[in-house]
Amino acid sequence: MKAYSLFSLARNAMSYHRNWQRAWRSPDPKKHYDVVIIGGGGHGLATAYYLATQCGISNVAVLEKGWLGGGNTGRNTTIVRSNYLLDASAGMYEHAVKLWEGLSQELNYNVMFSQRGLLHLAHSVHDMQEIGRRGNAIHLNGIDSEFLTPAQVKEMLPIINLDCHYPVMGGLLQRRGGTARHDAVAWGYARGADAAGVDIIQNCEVTGMRIENNQVVGVDTSRGFIGAGKVGSVAAGHSSVIAEMAGFKLPIECYPLQALVSEPVKPIIDCVVMSNGIHVYVSQSDKGELVVGAGSDAYNSYSQRGSYDFIEHTVGPLCELFPLFSRLRMLRQWAGIVDVTVDRSPILSKTSVKNLFFNCGWGTGGFKATPGSGHAFAHSIAAGEMNAIAAPFSIDRFNTGALIDEGAAAAVAH
Amino acid sequence: MFIITCPYCGDRDQTEFTCHGEAHIARPLNTESLSDEEWGDYVFFRQNPKGMHRERWVHAHGCRRWFNALRNTVSDEIFATYKVGDARPPLPENPS
Repeated sequence: MKAYSLFSLARNAMSYHRNWQRAWRSPDPKKHYDVVIIGGGGHGLATAYYLATQCGISNVAVLEKGWLGGGNTGRNTTIVRSNYLLDASAGMYEHAVKLWEGLSQELNYNVMFSQRGLLHLAHSVHDMQEIGRRGNAIHLNGIDSEFLTPAQVKEMLPIINLDCHYPVMGGLLQRRGGTARHDAVAWGYARGADAAGVDIIQNCEVTGMRIENNQVVGVDTSRGFIGAGKVGSVAAGHSSVIAEMAGFKLPIECYPLQALVSEPVKPIIDCVVMSNGIHVYVSQSDKGELVVGAGSDAYNSYSQRGSYDFIEHTVGPLCELFPLFSRLRMLRQWAGIVDVTVDRSPILSKTSVKNLFFNCGWGTGGFKATPGSGHAFAHSIAAGEMNAIAAPFSIDRFNTGALIDEGAAAAVAH
Repeated sequence: MFIITCPYCGDRDQTEFTCHGEAHIARPLNTESLSDEEWGDYVFFRQNPKGMHRERWVHAHGCRRWFNALRNTVSDEIFATYKVGDARPPLPENPS
């Protein structure tokens, strides 16, 4: 892999940028790999990257049924934060934020991680108590957070309408939170993993799981059988489909979660704003578009389309908080299929099948965890046992009752 | 979707309804002797199929009665709605 630098940019400018090395190869699948990762989104590619660079396992394939980052990695609202209530969540998401902070340097790829601050608004006495409790829990876990008065919120966001339908009573600010460029995360990890010897195989759909003596030995794919020492499923919205191939169920149901972007405008919001109370979140991309999201549709679906009434549920509160946005036009709308667990916490776990590992259930908030999830899952697959960060997220918790009931997992109340 | 046929009220707008997940999950009768695995399976684990799904709906902003639907989770097309306790309609031969 040729490193990107100012000099490589200048050198390639001489040849009109026609001779850049491809960021990753497109190899044909080998007959056997030490580890096969199902799913070429951010989490799967990060897992492969850390397996190859930190765990000494480079005979790895990432199988992607479509194109890299074409699922939820390319469909989220790019928000990164670690302002969670519970210790297990703080461990996972803060691990991720720390990795985000050095990620562009490590990958030699600009993931445009911007710690522009994440402001969570409170609109009621209950909201104030919730951010009070959560803010103090975040402090105890050594993570930054600040309480803001309405006047401080107004100073930070002059365009906000504090006196909206449910007036803003305060806010919880995580200055280290922010956004990252979602596609670049997938591409950066893919390039790094490829350079370390990982085969990234696109247009390769897993169609079956070969299990002998309760041990996985490989996967059937649209490009033939591929043998595997270990298999890690990182299939997000399609995890239940993969699980069915392996003969078990997951405590997961899938819903469409919508997002919208507006036409681009000049810089107007320089932080991420979230509101549980009136149910919307918004940030501005570096291109100038407002990226807006809200709740998920409440019926099982794999359609990657949301319902029309949720668009109204999204832009209504947005215009209530920021009346000047009422004249903006929305350019695009889409939905991703989110794999939601009952406690809104992910599953990183061994399964009843030997050497088959699952990383799923990230639901409505997986993007922010991409580096931490991949790092913890890679080390766990390599060791054959979940590491300290991943261990609380075992699938066994749905039988033992040790749920990680994370109200902060969704940006909105549930 | 967009129009859902309530078995009691007829065709109504989707926004009047709420969905409550997989149907036909019977509560175990021998609750004293269930293992943790059996309890977990009953309470939390779901089929979540990509394709035909039998599920519970409520006409929340209408008659407020519960009923079941047979829906394709890929196309969101509803093939049948039926009252709780009615015989399950067969799966369509050519689900789109």
